[in-house]
Amino acid sequence: MPARAPLVAKRSAVRGSLLGIEGLPANEISQLLEAATKMNPLKPRPVLRGRRVILLFYEPSTRTRTSFEIAAKALGATTSLVLASGSSIEKGESLIDTGYTLRAVGADAIVIRHPHSGAPHLMASHLDIPVINAGDGMHEHPTQALLDAYTILRHKKKILGLEVTIVGDIYHSRVARSAIHLLSKSGAKVTLCGPHELLPELATTLVDGLKISRSCEEAVRGADVVMVLRVQRERFSGLKLSLPDYISRYQMTMARLRLAKPDALLMHPGPIIRGLELTWEVADCPQSVIVEEVHNGVPVRMAVLARALGKIRN
Amino acid sequence: MKHGSQSHSILIHGGRVIDPLARMDGLMDVLLRDGQVAEVAPPNKIRAGAEEKIDARGLIVAPGFIDLHVHLREPGQGYKETIASGTAAAAAGGFTSVCCMPNTTPVLDSPEWVTWVRQPQRGAVVNVFPVAAATQASKGAVLTDFRALQRAGAVAVSDDGKPILSETTMREALRTSAEINFPVIQHAEDTRVTQNCSMNEGPSSFRLGLRGSSPAAEASIVDRDVQLAQQFNGARLHVAHLSTAESLIAVRRGKRNRARVTCEVTPHHFTLSDRDVREYDANFKMNPPLRSPEDREALMVALADGTVDAIASDHAPHAQHEKIIEFERAAFGVSGLETAVPLAISILHMESKIPLTRIVELMTSGPARVLDLRGRGTLLRGSHADVTIFDPKKRWTFEAAKSRSKSHNTPFDGRQMTGKVVTTIVGGRVVFRG
Repeated sequence: MPARAPLVAKRSAVRGSLLGIEGLPANEISQLLEAATKMNPLKPRPVLRGRRVILLFYEPSTRTRTSFEIAAKALGATTSLVLASGSSIEKGESLIDTGYTLRAVGADAIVIRHPHSGAPHLMASHLDIPVINAGDGMHEHPTQALLDAYTILRHKKKILGLEVTIVGDIYHSRVARSAIHLLSKSGAKVTLCGPHELLPELATTLVDGLKISRSCEEAVRGADVVMVLRVQRERFSGLKLSLPDYISRYQMTMARLRLAKPDALLMHPGPIIRGLELTWEVADCPQSVIVEEVHNGVPVRMAVLARALGKIRN
Repeated sequence: MKHGSQSHSILIHGGRVIDPLARMDGLMDVLLRDGQVAEVAPPNKIRAGAEEKIDARGLIVAPGFIDLHVHLREPGQGYKETIASGTAAAAAGGFTSVCCMPNTTPVLDSPEWVTWVRQPQRGAVVNVFPVAAATQASKGAVLTDFRALQRAGAVAVSDDGKPILSETTMREALRTSAEINFPVIQHAEDTRVTQNCSMNEGPSSFRLGLRGSSPAAEASIVDRDVQLAQQFNGARLHVAHLSTAESLIAVRRGKRNRARVTCEVTPHHFTLSDRDVREYDANFKMNPPLRSPEDREALMVALADGTVDAIASDHAPHAQHEKIIEFERAAFGVSGLETAVPLAISILHMESKIPLTRIVELMTSGPARVLDLRGRGTLLRGSHADVTIFDPKKRWTFEAAKSRSKSHNTPFDGRQMTGKVVTTIVGGRVVFRG
């Protein structure tokens, strides 16, 4: 029986945890991306046989949840899915107590998605098993940034020196924060684009060298990568935004995308809302790697899980 | 709460007496008798005998410190703090008088509950001055009966924790304030624009993915209130836990225009900024939030130049299950009664070189004047025998676990401090000995 940890616990997360890109050194990012190239879900490698990975999801998810599950199984681990609805969380069990409970039933690692920023950090600081952040509030979504980098590297030789433009709802986006940290650590030149409501000037303080543009045309011109983000109306919290205005100024259209380099990649973390942040044609155009991003989520998450459970040296 | 009904005397000798109201700073002996200050005189000049002698050599002897802003959580929230535990923490922190806020369960909006708080059965070991709610149930709509609350012993009204947002209601409150000479304390926050915010708006909130409360949400209400206060001759407006540079501009303007506008600043706001928020540690979450380093600098200037009238702890105890949870869900507030004095000395005196006399003023005559606490905040003969004795040079480490408060939600656990309270005397009785 594992002893119950004291309520005010150790401060740092267990080695192998992945809470965000901000705290992940560049060399560890490279190691994870390198490891991901050796992962093939079609050729299972049972390095995690007998290990138990719990997927703890407090928010809806399609891509992240299934790809973590498939990734864990491809490595021979067993998985259990715990959703906020239908579990004791509905009865009021706290985050930390939920963590203790999952640890007590034998979890070797916990993958957590949560609507509140910092929830994985709170859990990690009270548990002696690795915690992997699968998206926390508006904060970070580190595995999304890793799979995006992996996708870029399948098409471009290196990230260093690339011009990457991120268009859309950056303020509410955990994908944007993780992507900005990763791209910046890897030497890309990042431009952010969106209206004030979704992209405050404060965004430039996140890392050095960030640029902001309020003109989609200007931001996209000459870009190597154009990443489009969904307008997260579920996180607006009273914010008013005219969607017709947004669409006319920031929707990714073929005309705007043509301003980027001819071989530019069009990315989107999903879910996409056709007709809002991008047009139908853009979503399916030859430059679009939206579906490939989802596909690459599996090997990248295999690498993250293998690292969490000590099967990748770092 | 009542002390000194029987004859008792204490001679405090050899200390450096700092009494800003009496313009006194020097080696003096102090004789307390029958609950009053009987005599303050140069060393060895007091001839009268005393039953108890306190050797204060190397120490500062000051009028009892007054905290204008504490949450004692009773009635109704005794699991966070009780009047007994909260005042024990106050005594250990050097405070001889505390003003308790009305956001209890039920809200302190009736003379009956004000009386209840002041009853001896509550077990207070320092003087407790209740602040009553300004509106019924602090809902911001209908004013409470200020006159009846004043008669019951309330020293001011406030809807602390919530602002009085409606301009009509605030105007009415200030008009009544002017009529009966009764202060209105405002928690200045435009809550229409701070929904779901859990820290200051700035680089840290953006980085952590937390919604940020803008400094303007505070300043806009301070600005409006100062303008309203100027409309009623004699209206008394006190700005609680002022935290931004912009709010100070409005307060300075009000003071220049001779409005009776006062303000307080908390130790956490002059010690920390939003850059210090430890990742998702709710012991750094309070309202108003820790602001930018520039705001903190502006507070330092205002503390030194006289714009700020008082240091108040905004002691806000919460149980662990309300704090050791997701940052955005955690309760606002930090405990602070036992760290206020050492932080004032460490940060304001040692680091910012503000003279000790000014710091003592901010904790004695300053707050006494804000709420008109007669016979307190000074050691003039005939004043209440409330005395705080502290060692301004003592270095020590604060340990939250040893706090007298029922709750330990502090960002200062394990912090090195300079300055320690040695003895606290209320009504001529020693209530704390460090």
